[in-house]
Amino acid sequence: MTPLALDALAALVPDGALLALPPDNSLPPNELARALVRRGAKGLRLLGVPVSGYATDLLIGAGCVTSVQTSAVTLGEAGLAPRFSAALKAGTITVIDATCPAIHTMLQAAEKGVPFMPLRGLLRSDVLAHRPDWRIVQNPLSEAPDPIVLLPALQPDIAAFHAACADWHGNVWVGRRRELATLAHAARRSLVTVERVVDGDLLEDERMAAGTISGTYIEAVAVAERGAWPVALLDEYGTDAAHLAEYARAARTDEGFQGYLARYVMPPRAQAAE
Amino acid sequence: MRPVQPEERLAAAIARLILDSAAPPARHIAVGAASPIPAAACWLVRHLGHPVRLSLLHRRQGNPFTEGSRELFDLAGQGRIDLFFLGGGQIDGQANINLVGTGEWPGRTARFPGSFGSAFMYLAVPRTILFREEHSRRVLVPRVDIVSAPGVSPPEHWRRGSAQALVTGRCVFGFDGTRFTLASVHPGQTTATVREATGFDYHEPASVPTTPDPTPDELGLLRGPVRAEMLETYPEFCARVWEGLAA
Repeated sequence: MTPLALDALAALVPDGALLALPPDNSLPPNELARALVRRGAKGLRLLGVPVSGYATDLLIGAGCVTSVQTSAVTLGEAGLAPRFSAALKAGTITVIDATCPAIHTMLQAAEKGVPFMPLRGLLRSDVLAHRPDWRIVQNPLSEAPDPIVLLPALQPDIAAFHAACADWHGNVWVGRRRELATLAHAARRSLVTVERVVDGDLLEDERMAAGTISGTYIEAVAVAERGAWPVALLDEYGTDAAHLAEYARAARTDEGFQGYLARYVMPPRAQAAE
Repeated sequence: MRPVQPEERLAAAIARLILDSAAPPARHIAVGAASPIPAAACWLVRHLGHPVRLSLLHRRQGNPFTEGSRELFDLAGQGRIDLFFLGGGQIDGQANINLVGTGEWPGRTARFPGSFGSAFMYLAVPRTILFREEHSRRVLVPRVDIVSAPGVSPPEHWRRGSAQALVTGRCVFGFDGTRFTLASVHPGQTTATVREATGFDYHEPASVPTTPDPTPDELGLLRGPVRAEMLETYPEFCARVWEGLAA
């Protein structure tokens, strides 16, 4: 495995792709998102796994997105996601609401290669009422009336996330955030940014193997130091709460958001993380 | 002594609900996104010496899950989570909650973050404590515009439980599966101010007590070990509520 340059990784995300992104507490590929903004990506259909944060709001504000399927969009303690809310109100994006376990379940169905999986709950929720692709059936194993929801398998075109490290075999290490393995298993292609490339084979190390996603699932890797910034990466660095608050303030208006892009996103990377 | 902060009173009130012996036992409590006051209540219960397992989804270091929130929902599906917390941009008198938004679907007038796991958790968990600090007719409405998760379900729908209570910045309501009952009003509030600020109808007993303040012991725990547990996940909340306290 030879790591790509970040821009080359961003070039592997075609316009119009169904792009799955983890939320701010689970290794989002924020430096890749900034590279997608610089590239001028168009028509992306984002999937929040299972919710969405900074990267989604940034891509929406920059005009890269036509639809978002997610269970919530939030900047955590910094509040609501302003560009998401503005785009919804303006009608420039389509929002497909889900609920967290449904997104996990749809990905698990794709991971298993089965057409659907059932999930409890959801009945009488308006989220279900607005999902013609989710079906209520009678539990076929029950004699008593027992309606249950079936969810279709969901296979993202691309999954992207930021891992702590990769090895030269293309395996990547995500620590305890092993839900990313389900995402990588379900997606057609997984693109991963990492802090560093390490020698040796992560899968040969008993203590690292459980937190490792096999290179079988990984299409390409690029090194992006502090690539999750302004959010946290495992125990390596914390959330830059001041920056997220600055983003949330700036992004209240399109003008403020454009100023944010000019300052933190459009310049070639490195100084943006200072 | 530093006066009791409203957040401390709310945390202590929620802790008493968690420990309510009339409710199903709470051996394992999960706390989701952006819930500093419920998290403080859970830590208070723990530091009061009750052997409850806490799973705080948003804890970065020492997060209890090795498969993220997927594991939380699987645990709840199995019946291994006894108590959860939910809020709502709108909550109505049948304990329906709306986290999507107001106006036409999907929140064209005012968009909230979204439903998170509520459409599943509210039905899968035996006890839910609803929590919303803002207590106004804007939030507590006769009927939610959008149902993220229903407060009640028909008997043929799989469901383990519903709301135990609704805690707001003005009062505590109990929920019996049909309607809310005013259980206590916080200091500075009256049954009349609560009625004025509530958009839905509820039962009001002839005598409604005042929500008790945290005991000196509880206050000491909140300002000491509970705050220490909270600092990493909720730094801004800790700075706001406990500003000036020695670390």
